[in-house]
Amino acid sequence: MTKVFIGAAAGFAGDRSDAGVPVVNALAAQTGPRFLMFETLAERTLALCQLERRQNSQRGYSPALERMLPPVLARCLESGIRIVGNFGAANPAAAARRIAEIAGALGLRAPRIAIVEGDDIADKLSTTELAAREVGGESLARLPKIISANVYLGAQPMARALDQDADVVVTGRVADSVLALGPLLHAFKWRADDWDRLGAGTLAGHLLECGAQVTGGYFADPGYKDVPDLAEVGYPIAEIDETGEVVITKPAGTGGRVDRLTVVEQLLYEIHDPSAYLAPDVVLDLTDVEVTEIGRDRVRVSGARGRPAPETLKATVCFDGGLLGEAEISYAGPNASARAQLAAEVVRQRLRKRLPHLNVRVDAIGIQSVWGASGSSPDLHGEQANDVRLRFAAQSADAAQIEMLLDEVEALYCSGPAGGAGVRRRITPRLASTSCLIERRYAEPRVTMLGAPA
Amino acid sequence: MMRTVRLQEIANARTGDKGDRLNLVLVCRDPAHYTAVAAQVTAERVAQVFAARKPTRVVRYDLPKLAAFNFVLDDVLEGGVNASLGLDGHGKSLSFLVLDMPVLISAEASRFACGAQNKSI
Repeated sequence: MTKVFIGAAAGFAGDRSDAGVPVVNALAAQTGPRFLMFETLAERTLALCQLERRQNSQRGYSPALERMLPPVLARCLESGIRIVGNFGAANPAAAARRIAEIAGALGLRAPRIAIVEGDDIADKLSTTELAAREVGGESLARLPKIISANVYLGAQPMARALDQDADVVVTGRVADSVLALGPLLHAFKWRADDWDRLGAGTLAGHLLECGAQVTGGYFADPGYKDVPDLAEVGYPIAEIDETGEVVITKPAGTGGRVDRLTVVEQLLYEIHDPSAYLAPDVVLDLTDVEVTEIGRDRVRVSGARGRPAPETLKATVCFDGGLLGEAEISYAGPNASARAQLAAEVVRQRLRKRLPHLNVRVDAIGIQSVWGASGSSPDLHGEQANDVRLRFAAQSADAAQIEMLLDEVEALYCSGPAGGAGVRRRITPRLASTSCLIERRYAEPRVTMLGAPA
Repeated sequence: MMRTVRLQEIANARTGDKGDRLNLVLVCRDPAHYTAVAAQVTAERVAQVFAARKPTRVVRYDLPKLAAFNFVLDDVLEGGVNASLGLDGHGKSLSFLVLDMPVLISAEASRFACGAQNKSI
């Protein structure tokens, strides 16, 4: 029975540049349809790319492709391993041109590059119309300045691109799982209403889309959950047969582990209702999925079911989210906790008078910095820590308010408690995002080959 | 014979985010612990663990074939990665908040439990 091999070389834009190399080497040793997928588009990444495109019409793709493709492109083209990635971001056509340039600079043959577009709906619906379709919030009702609005496209356009013999398929926003389902639809010619198989392919994509998170990455807890050679963790390869049975494995000789525990942890990651995981092509039901260890670093995942696709498509809408201001200062040595406590009180007291409406968060890094609730300060009374780094944070659309907070923290140098040290301050523009459900008619996916007449 | 262990000794967890909603995967390292975990790590108890974040809704989905649970906690990420003033707007560290819970297990079923003396996985 034909098997399709899909390797994952990136689970996000910040992933390792060299992750794909062992995966491609393992795929090159196999025969049959083989694909390498790159997932590089977190929710807000696309909005950042959209901002870049506005500055320069040749940019707006994920810069990750610049460092992730060169290590693997030659071997993929030589071995017939086809590359699929959503690194097109806000400008898939520009990404395609850039990939052609990279291939040229490496002295490779010109790859056939397909471009999948049509996810951008920012010009099709007004902010008011988007607001009427917002789910789980009412942030668009305030009519913020929209930066990007993109629906998650399904797998059919990618399958069509592969049907046209593309060596590389570049997309903008597609559902992450489409990076596997698209190649499977192309290879197996599954029908668009073969729900169980579409479910299985979506499941394969879901397991692959976070890269090493299924092979021992983001898993280790020394003494409880040990992972061999985590520094060289191998990225996953899924082997899928035409019935939709999935085997997850990783390249021989790499670090990491693939077993029931690593697979189940990723299987449910970022899932809401396991009986109804909504994807553009199918509603995936995970409730009868079974995960079986069938060999060393080989796990079979079977039993996925599917139901008819949702009537609407999800869209992520990004808009201006004001400014995040952060400032930090350290206290060390005897009585450090008490001096840090006093510093926090000084800043709070001064801001109460000067900016009474600004919500300020204070953390004591090393004591309480990630789990506390905003609005309150950590209680350091009785703490004996002798190395405390205080962090102050606030958000506002008004830069002057943020500056005032950061100035107050910096002023602790001369007028706060003794020994305050190492102030760092930073202002970051924020992007906010929300989700909308959009009628399918607004998405007009189209596939073009780079260099073909439009 | 029963004994109390930290959840970390018998289960694995991973958290993920969607906006202001947290998903927490809990997997029994030994499927034999599934029933005990199901009885004790209830949605109510997880809601208590997250009380400081004032969850508006906590739902537990049970996956007996995987010896796992999926918890969905609404409005616990202070607006999520877009709006939280905290360092962990994704809630990625929150898996260990739950793994710190004590659970009662039978001594026989605890042979797979990890700890300083027994590091088997």
